[in-house]
Amino acid sequence: MAEPVLEIRDLRKSFGALKATDGVSLHLVSGEIHALIGPNGAGKSTLIHQISGSLTPDSGTIRFLGQDMAGLDMAARARLGLARSFQTSSLAQEFSALRNVMLAVQAKQGSSLRFFRPVMRDRSLEEPAMAMLERAGLADRAHVPAAELPHGERRQLEIAIALALGPKAFLLDEPMAGMGPEGSKNLTRFLDTLRREAPILLVEHDMDAVFALADRVSVLVYGRIIATGKVDEIRNDPEVRRAYLGEPA
Amino acid sequence: MSTALLIEQLLNGLQLGVMLFLMAAGLTLIFGVMGLINLAHGSFYMAGAFACATVAAATGSFWIGLIASLIAAAAAGAIVEMAVIRRLYERDHLDQVLATFALILIFSEGTRWLFGSFPLYLDIPPLLQGAVPLPGGGQYQLYRLAIIGVGIVVAIGLYLLISRTRLGMRIRAGESDREMIAALGVDISTLYTVVFALGAALAGLAGALVGALQSVQVGMGEPVLILAFVVIVIGGIGSIKGALFGAVLVGVVDTMGRFLLPQALSLVLPPSQTALISGALASMLIYIVMALILAFRPTGLFAAQP
Amino acid sequence: MRQTVTREAITNAGLALLLLVVPLAASVMDEPFYVTLATRIAVLALAAVGLNIALGLGGLVSFGHAAFFGLGGYAAGILATHAFNAEPLFLGIPATTSMPAIWLVAVVVCGLVALPIGAISLRTSGVYFIMITLAFAQMIYYFAISWPAYGGQDGLSIYVRNTFPGVNTAQPLPFFLICYALLLLGLALFWALSGSRFGAALHAARQNATRLAAVGIAPFNIRLTAFAISAMITGLAGALFADLNRFTSPSMLSWHMSGELIVLIILGGKGRLFGPVAGAMLYVLFEFALGGITERWQLFLGLILLGVVLFARGGLMGLVAGKERYG
Repeated sequence: MAEPVLEIRDLRKSFGALKATDGVSLHLVSGEIHALIGPNGAGKSTLIHQISGSLTPDSGTIRFLGQDMAGLDMAARARLGLARSFQTSSLAQEFSALRNVMLAVQAKQGSSLRFFRPVMRDRSLEEPAMAMLERAGLADRAHVPAAELPHGERRQLEIAIALALGPKAFLLDEPMAGMGPEGSKNLTRFLDTLRREAPILLVEHDMDAVFALADRVSVLVYGRIIATGKVDEIRNDPEVRRAYLGEPA
Repeated sequence: MSTALLIEQLLNGLQLGVMLFLMAAGLTLIFGVMGLINLAHGSFYMAGAFACATVAAATGSFWIGLIASLIAAAAAGAIVEMAVIRRLYERDHLDQVLATFALILIFSEGTRWLFGSFPLYLDIPPLLQGAVPLPGGGQYQLYRLAIIGVGIVVAIGLYLLISRTRLGMRIRAGESDREMIAALGVDISTLYTVVFALGAALAGLAGALVGALQSVQVGMGEPVLILAFVVIVIGGIGSIKGALFGAVLVGVVDTMGRFLLPQALSLVLPPSQTALISGALASMLIYIVMALILAFRPTGLFAAQP
Repeated sequence: MRQTVTREAITNAGLALLLLVVPLAASVMDEPFYVTLATRIAVLALAAVGLNIALGLGGLVSFGHAAFFGLGGYAAGILATHAFNAEPLFLGIPATTSMPAIWLVAVVVCGLVALPIGAISLRTSGVYFIMITLAFAQMIYYFAISWPAYGGQDGLSIYVRNTFPGVNTAQPLPFFLICYALLLLGLALFWALSGSRFGAALHAARQNATRLAAVGIAPFNIRLTAFAISAMITGLAGALFADLNRFTSPSMLSWHMSGELIVLIILGGKGRLFGPVAGAMLYVLFEFALGGITERWQLFLGLILLGVVLFARGGLMGLVAGKERYG
């Protein structure tokens, strides 16, 4: 097997007495969607935060493209190609959708310490950004300020931004959250095409989406991964059914 | 350098620390509970000093003046909270800075209008005049010792208030979860007014106590306010314990720096430069200490939040 | 949307023209006082343009920009004093009364001081940032007071206004024109920065720093750069202010000065190109008009400021030109 794009080994993080991440190991290989599911409070977001660099683990290693991520902050990891979306949309609220994506294009192109050329007349920023918006189905909303976009479109915009980074892996934290059934279905189709560009670590509550998309599923309960496997294996795993679906053994 | 001198300077540092604690406790409480940065806190210090000096002059009693200072500062605090401050809780820190900066202008000019530009003087009460002998010879002003005593009493009182009383419980709840406490049916706006008035009263007390050591004049609260900011930044904003620790640290470092630096530098520098450099260095010392602490602990030593 | 953009542009042009025409007319009518008043507006506006880069664009509420204003002032004062006494600075480097050289020194010194102050302060945010910048400015203030070589508490007089090649700077109007030109230059720089890639990152750092980091741009570097540029412009204004008054004193470094610079921006409109200009006009006119009626003008300034903060958010530019929009 090829070396995994993202490899997490024995990661631990406690908040006081609470073991939010308790010896998690998982990996993400090229071309796959690896879904991370688990009940509320299982530590999924904490895990994503540690991978993306907004939280520092107590111990364990995170390797991305063969490189140890220890000591690298969020911006450095993003520059290496680790793109994330947030559980609650995190956008530059006053900027239009287009400018939000242009910021990502600018970041990808290199230094932001350029002080004079106006960005609004910079086609090398605008054209790629517009293309990403089109792919995410937001082209006609390009000039609407992010704050004025409805919830579903904000989720789409997050993904357009991640896409514009040309990443080597996506970390998507509940991209379907708060979307209607129609929106979820569209987004599911869209994510399905994304895996060709880069593998996705997908945290999601929407089981229809998970079962439709995931190549592999890991189940996180109380900071531990209790099972990893193909969709069918997970569906039929008695321990998962007990811990996660609340069924009696 | 005699032991007595050293002890005297240490006590001076402690006394400065106590004054700073009275200021910083209110500031940090207000920030911790309401999330408000209040530049006008120095105005309550000034209000307390003016109230004490005026009432003491009228009645001939420092003690009645002291009570007046508490009442005046608390009342000023409550009125300001109800009229202005409560509109600022939901605003960003910039608006809070500006509005309370405006309050300083209003308070300072208003006070100058009422009392004129000449300083008032406040005498140390007869009961506390005189000095106590220090070990190793020398004497120390009784009044300054009394201030240190007041600070210790206030620190213990605040600790008991916050850990043992219903009000303290609400303050602690208000720090962690505003919506929760509102949902529990506590009248949050009254709580805020009380906390603000309490903080103002502590500042007023500090002003009145210091008023007998210095002259009482407009603008007297500002240097203390800025030192109190340094204190709560070092201690961790929102932490009373941090305020106490930071206040004593700043008080002692500042005083001992002014005392010891010239002597230390005179060992390595020619006399002509010693006074110059030690003076400049001593006046910057606490800021250097603050910068060093923040370089390692950006949220202060006892910050409440991670 | 185009409508509001045009309205702001018209307002900006009007303000720029007004600030030029009034002193020209005053000069023709031989009323040098009004020329000096306009110079004061231009210099304070330039100082606030500098602060507006950190505060308006970057959302960095620096409560210590008086440090840079004062350092600029002391650069002018110290160089002029040494030149006046024909003493070299140190290591035999000669002093100068040439304004461009003084400006360069002021700008470089402010940039060099802003880097460590910014680097420590920017490790924090929110209230901590406000208080730490304040504390650093106080540190420099106390240093200036306790260093007697350059006047200590009493400040430093500049006996003859510094020189500019080919211009008689002792006359009010030519000196005004120098200050006005530098103000326009500062505004042009602000405008260019705001629209550039750097500006885009800085705007984003203000709106949502996590978002900026998530696309791979470290907010710290962007903010530190902005803080240093901001300090350099405010320092340049400080050098002009010292030359305007022919005097430098610790009051230029005081926390009241820091507060006033913020007030200028808020009166005019935070983050707006001409906000500092509008704010400086309002402020100096208040000071002049109210100061003529009552000694207690700061009381009324306080009331007005309180009113603006509580009820007229967005300042003058906000009232005239509406809310700001980004493409």
